[in-house]
Amino acid sequence: MSNARQAGRLSPRSIVIWTAVALIGAVGWSMLALARGEEVSAAWMVAAALGSYAIGYRFYSRFIATRVLRVDKSRATPAERLNNGIDYHPTDRRVLLGHHFAAIAGAGPLVGPVLAAQMGYLPGTIWIVVGVIFAGAVQDMVTLFFSMRRDGKSLGQMAREEIGPVGGAAALLAVFAIMIILLAVLALVVVNALAESPWGTFSIGMTIPIALFMGFYLRVLRPGKVSEVSLIGIVLLLFALVAGRWVAESSWAETFTLEPGTLVIWILAYSFIASILPVWMLLAPRDYLSTFMKIGTIGLLAVGVVVTLPTLKMEGITDFAGGGDGPVFAGSLFPFVFITIACGALSGFHALISSGTTPKMIQKETQVRMIGYGSMLMESFVAIMAMVAASIIDPGLYFAMNAPAGVIGDNVQAASEAVKNLGYSITPEQLAAAAKAVEEGSLLSRTGGAPTLAIGVSEIFSKVVGGAGMKAFWYHFAIMFEALFILTALDAGTRVGRFMLQDMLGNLYKPFRRVSWWPGLLVSSAVVVALWGYFLWVGVHEPLGGINQLFPLFGIANQLLAAVALAVCTTLLVKSGRLKWAWVTAVPLVWDAVVTLTASWQKVFSTDPKVGFFQQRSVYQDAINDGKVIPPAKTMDDMNTVVTNSTVDGVLAALFAVLVVVVLLDAARTCVRAIRNPQSAKLNEVPHEESQIVAPAGLIPTKEEKAELAAAGPSEDSR
Amino acid sequence: MSPARGSGLLRAGRWARWYVRELTDESAYDRYVAHVRRHEGPEAPVPSRREFERRRTDAREADPREGFRCC
Repeated sequence: MSNARQAGRLSPRSIVIWTAVALIGAVGWSMLALARGEEVSAAWMVAAALGSYAIGYRFYSRFIATRVLRVDKSRATPAERLNNGIDYHPTDRRVLLGHHFAAIAGAGPLVGPVLAAQMGYLPGTIWIVVGVIFAGAVQDMVTLFFSMRRDGKSLGQMAREEIGPVGGAAALLAVFAIMIILLAVLALVVVNALAESPWGTFSIGMTIPIALFMGFYLRVLRPGKVSEVSLIGIVLLLFALVAGRWVAESSWAETFTLEPGTLVIWILAYSFIASILPVWMLLAPRDYLSTFMKIGTIGLLAVGVVVTLPTLKMEGITDFAGGGDGPVFAGSLFPFVFITIACGALSGFHALISSGTTPKMIQKETQVRMIGYGSMLMESFVAIMAMVAASIIDPGLYFAMNAPAGVIGDNVQAASEAVKNLGYSITPEQLAAAAKAVEEGSLLSRTGGAPTLAIGVSEIFSKVVGGAGMKAFWYHFAIMFEALFILTALDAGTRVGRFMLQDMLGNLYKPFRRVSWWPGLLVSSAVVVALWGYFLWVGVHEPLGGINQLFPLFGIANQLLAAVALAVCTTLLVKSGRLKWAWVTAVPLVWDAVVTLTASWQKVFSTDPKVGFFQQRSVYQDAINDGKVIPPAKTMDDMNTVVTNSTVDGVLAALFAVLVVVVLLDAARTCVRAIRNPQSAKLNEVPHEESQIVAPAGLIPTKEEKAELAAAGPSEDSR
Repeated sequence: MSPARGSGLLRAGRWARWYVRELTDESAYDRYVAHVRRHEGPEAPVPSRREFERRRTDAREADPREGFRCC
């Protein structure tokens, strides 16, 4: 490292380059923010995001790595010290970046921005970019660092050891409850995407025999040959996709045209069976398929957006931002945009990945910046692309697809009228034509984000490959890609939930803890599926719209988990004598806690029946007592359903908030004690051990690193 | 295992193959065998590939948090 760098000064060349990058970003932001009443090119959104990411990565993440965390390249990582050639092994940074990115990015960053687009593209875009730079990527990187210093301990373990038993127990319970809601909402997205769609249902159904075949191939025929079996799997998958069209046009169509209620049963049965089958049969092969599809589709989407540079048709800020009366989700911009977009800006779930698998594989301490911060920036860009996809479609179509059925009605005339009432316009003919173009029966009230995203993706892809004739194919391609990894997540998530439940039940009755004890396995799997299945069932039959009611709960849950992770990080910064720098995680923690607790508060106590669950409950209960039915409910049964659901949802929102307040208070107590008496702070960090590995910190080795690599000579870990 | 020699295209192809094998963990067995041989001598007994891959998926059975993916 040159002297100029060490002093923190930049060379004239860097100053020129970084000024140019800053200018590109600034021009992008100005074009987005200042455009009024005219259509803006998506190029500006891409420029604003990429310019800001580059600045954030170059300056802020570097500051965190060197000043705050003081990453130490002479210190051996768990992968180096405990190398066993299996789960602990020093992994090439570029490979680990791919691993980590594939593990954190899923349906989340694609769904949230689509829903948040009801307030216009600007609030969501600002939050995605600013949020990731100052909160999301910081959380991922700092969690990764501290877990790495503790041999890859999980977030729950760190909470227990570093904060205390009470905070630790609350954190564990919170993770479990959050998992249940997450699984229910993800499943709901799939149900809404596949309902009444024979093409989609058939091709997704076919993924099961394909995965079983792949599993058999890997277990029996050619063990370990992952790339060849994945290639076969992808070819079969694309064939299933093409075949879906034939099925939809044949006499079989009816068999695969399923109502939402029927799909729920199928999905629950699938998830329960899949979660008790051996991993090699379904889960492992599905994982390979969905990872390839994910990386491929996201890559294609990035290329498509950059090549076609579509124009944004959605307004920058819609009237729903201020009014809080949007049809997709209720509530005003603050706090609800910040919980609707979780993954992509700040996602608590990443803390579970950053503590666990990745820290056991990292080669050099210095690489936490690239792996933790870098891959979160990549995920954020995925969210930006989802925002582009949602904003390039006609706003009238957007609202017809995303408002609950109670608002939109069940025919194109009613929908056209309803969209007009929302302040947008689309003719019944246009609505029918849009559905026909993608060969779906109807696009009305296809909530959950996936169908809207698929429409946007089909617009973009068909401009690059195939033209308008390929729209239907690309639409179903996008649906399949989302449904594929959501179904995998349902299986994997049920297993994780079961594992946590087995652990908890093991305190009461010992055998539960043994993973091979069949009765315990069956019972706990059934309990977990029943828990999220309940919310899925409720969501599908919710007169007020399942996504409208449940998505805020999912957002609150995810952001509260982020609060737990940031509280653990802040506590660790304070305890390890970095009080001066604790604001790096404390500021996002405070912001996140304020946003999320405000949202929970409003969800519980708001007197607006659209927002507050208990107010909703009492409005409907009063109407029931008067013998009245208020729309969108159609029958007395609907009325009773609303009352039950709002009560459960309200209790859950309150429970999440209470659990997190407990964690925050316990963390604050630990921090205060550590500040008053620094000697008392007991850290569970693994002591320093000299590192023998020479490896670059970033993607491209610097001049100094190249010299170090050359001096170290060829080694098997450096390529 | 230094970077392959040859034309640029060939090198890029080899690099892509290496990357995919690493990313999918197809190389896990080779890595494990190399690890054992390095630490316990070139004659050390190692499980067959079939046996090794079985153990690897079974380990995931025991702790499903390994390899868990996010939303």
